[in-house]
Amino acid sequence: MKYDIVIIGGGPAGLAAGKAAKQAGADSILILERDHELGGILNQCIHNGFGLHTFKEELTGPEYAERFIDKVCELGIEYKLNTMVMHIEKNKRVVAMNSSDGMFSIEAKSIILAMGCRERPRGSLNIAGYRPAGIFSAGTAQRLVNIEGFMTGREVVILGSGDIGLIMARRMTLEGAKVKAVAELMPYSGGLKRNIVQCLDDYGIPLKLSHTVVDIRGKERVTGVTIAEVDENFKPIAGTEEDFDCDTLLLSVGLIPENELSKEIGIEMNPVTNGPLVNDRLETSCEGVFACGNVLHVHDLVDYVSEEAALAGKNAARYVKKGSGAKAEQNITIEGKNGVRYTVPSTVNPELMEDFVTVRFRVGGVYKDRYISVKLDGEEIIRRKRPVMAPSEMEDIKLHKAKLCEKPEAKSITISIEEG
Amino acid sequence: MYDVVIIGAGVSGASTARELSRYKARICVVEKCEDVCCGTSKANSAIVHGGFDAETGSLMARLNLRGNLMMDKLCDDLDIPFKRNGSLVVCTDPEKLGDLYALYDRGLANGVRGLEVITDRNRLLEMEPNLADGVCAALHAPTGGIINPFVMNIAMAENANENGVEFRFNTEIMDIEKCEGGFVLHSENGNIKTRCVVNAAGLYTDKFHNIFAEKKIKIIPRRGDYYLLDKTAGQYVSKTVFELPNKMGKGVIVTPTVDGNLLVGPTAIDVTDKEATNTTGEGLDIVLEKSKHTVKNIPMRQVITSFAGLRAHEQGHEFIIGELSEALGFFDCAAIESPGLTAAPAIGEMLADLIKKRLGLEEKDDFIATRKAVFDPSGLSEGERTKLIKEKPEYGTIVCRCEMISAGEIIEAIHRPLGAKTLDGIKRQVRAGSGRCQGGFCTPKVMEIIAKELNMEMCDLTKSGKESRIVLGRNKDWI
Repeated sequence: MKYDIVIIGGGPAGLAAGKAAKQAGADSILILERDHELGGILNQCIHNGFGLHTFKEELTGPEYAERFIDKVCELGIEYKLNTMVMHIEKNKRVVAMNSSDGMFSIEAKSIILAMGCRERPRGSLNIAGYRPAGIFSAGTAQRLVNIEGFMTGREVVILGSGDIGLIMARRMTLEGAKVKAVAELMPYSGGLKRNIVQCLDDYGIPLKLSHTVVDIRGKERVTGVTIAEVDENFKPIAGTEEDFDCDTLLLSVGLIPENELSKEIGIEMNPVTNGPLVNDRLETSCEGVFACGNVLHVHDLVDYVSEEAALAGKNAARYVKKGSGAKAEQNITIEGKNGVRYTVPSTVNPELMEDFVTVRFRVGGVYKDRYISVKLDGEEIIRRKRPVMAPSEMEDIKLHKAKLCEKPEAKSITISIEEG
Repeated sequence: MYDVVIIGAGVSGASTARELSRYKARICVVEKCEDVCCGTSKANSAIVHGGFDAETGSLMARLNLRGNLMMDKLCDDLDIPFKRNGSLVVCTDPEKLGDLYALYDRGLANGVRGLEVITDRNRLLEMEPNLADGVCAALHAPTGGIINPFVMNIAMAENANENGVEFRFNTEIMDIEKCEGGFVLHSENGNIKTRCVVNAAGLYTDKFHNIFAEKKIKIIPRRGDYYLLDKTAGQYVSKTVFELPNKMGKGVIVTPTVDGNLLVGPTAIDVTDKEATNTTGEGLDIVLEKSKHTVKNIPMRQVITSFAGLRAHEQGHEFIIGELSEALGFFDCAAIESPGLTAAPAIGEMLADLIKKRLGLEEKDDFIATRKAVFDPSGLSEGERTKLIKEKPEYGTIVCRCEMISAGEIIEAIHRPLGAKTLDGIKRQVRAGSGRCQGGFCTPKVMEIIAKELNMEMCDLTKSGKESRIVLGRNKDWI
């Protein structure tokens, strides 16, 4: 089998990348999806709030996915379901498997990585206690409740205020469970403000900031958890323990990009995002291999995933037609400083770039009334005031080609948070 | 009436059952949990010890060495993952070099082969580049190994079962009385009569021993907390790295597992509750702290889970194996703490020999000595795998993405002689759910497969039997 572009993952990123690649003129595109339908994790996100940026209307997850799936079908993009990619190779051979074709390989000219992310499990948090039934990552519970129709429990405590946890607090309540509390280790929430209001406040569910679970009880099924306040070093403060009787503990404590395949071909990774390092074309350190969506860095809004993935799709199509054409020495590095934890992309090529490039980044803490400052070789080229910035909300700025070309010898861009 | 009833389907019980199944006898294993390998056997260091640590002349030393020597053939016969990766006991204090040599001498006296004390730090670093800066010498034991303890337990039980041994799960023995010609065991599910009893009840062996024995014993649950790291950290050490032993045990070890993860632990904390397999913050901190003495910069960010197991410690620190003179036909297999896993094949052999003599058992001529593991398609070529999938499409569907386990393997695990019935059972048999996402993705899918294959309701499925149900109802059931 030979294809111009193989897209690994048929979730929001893979679908948008496929659509854009086709529209940019790529002929043969194949999407490989491990689940039995396209759409990825959107299929279990049955709440609304998707698509405000992309479609200017509020859609549910499956509706949002459907718009892209319809487009993919309309454009005649091929896809294989229930198909697991087993390996990828540096020469862009993709080895995949499913129950009808067996194990097969595809020679691709370009690969788009769109595998998404997984949830951090309990084990990575070192929560002490027993290991009974009743401990779920929020996304697993979401699948069980929203797709399979089964309740993971009656009385629920949630650790972590990531968006999936907040959404599940509301879902479990609506389906008849009692959600007793959401504990968050950090002094601020990990989820979007609107989700705190709509999923917790509206249902009277307490959000306990700077708190964590210090003990899990129950030998067979969870019977309770202990929550304690933490100090500035995130260590539990003795004497602040509070016991909650519950049969379920949901964990919404972070997402990890699923880059096992990327690592197989030695793609350079960003230790902050756990995703590949990419240039402004979203191309990884492996030529012709692009990355987009949550496999690149974890997003909070699917609209931005679609936007980013479209760029990857378009550039993959261009790569297939014209090759890379990039010279490493033309690259300007982009670095986050002073509160900016990372940037995507991490380099930009002024020669090859579009009229502008959107640089997305996250900040390391909550900042009020600060400025985002962008400096090109030390000289400020953008200064923008932001009333509030928080780690849970992704920020972006646009770099304009015209501006960068004014300084042809420039080597580096820094993005930082500044006062006054 | 049975000839032999073995209480406990842990690794010693299973080994004894398998050894006894060579003889013409009616044998039954009773287990309080829903599966084999549910107690101490499932939560330990998964190490095959060289045999230098136990006191020379003790039963522990003898059975450790014998078990170690039996391991290659056993693992070959029963298709158990096992590797002699060698072990290093490291010394971090030049003043304690004497203790290291004492261990070496003891090893020699115990009959352990290939031991060597290495005092050249450069040589040590060549063997194990991540040793801590303070390591000045080490005892190298090339016969040390790593094994999959679940598969070892399951394999011996399955093989015993295939050779006619009956297994009764969810059957807790409450009391034992002598009766005409033997014993009557009172269980939740009625009485069981037998000529001989093997007390392989792990942490509860004191309860049964003390019914008949004049010299009472007390099993103290000695907890060990562990960290398990992702396979990406599995190469961090290649040998099993021990601290110098202390009076509570062999200290904290850092070791690869035979499946490719990195295991760090255990603590040794005496507790009172025999079901208290909970980790504690303090315990996990101790593991972290102590491991630093032997191996530096362990990538703890790659921890995927932590767990605790309970050793069946007895103050004499010696295996208690043999027939009670106060109750002939009652055989103890008690106080089996480390190196119990290593010694298990030899323990089984020893007990079977004693019981054979007691009952005058005759050898079978149709004993099946081998057993094949659940078929693992990962070693097949693309073409071979496609051929397999054409015949059996279930091998084309990957269920557990982290460990790349197909539906075919899970279905086989369910339909084995002592098939898995729970999420944890599947995990122990074929590793689905034991990878870096810890079942986040595959739990709903594995549940569906178990429900379909065993014709069960989703709401009745459990993580590990009894009340460990996974989902408790349908949406809106409680509105």
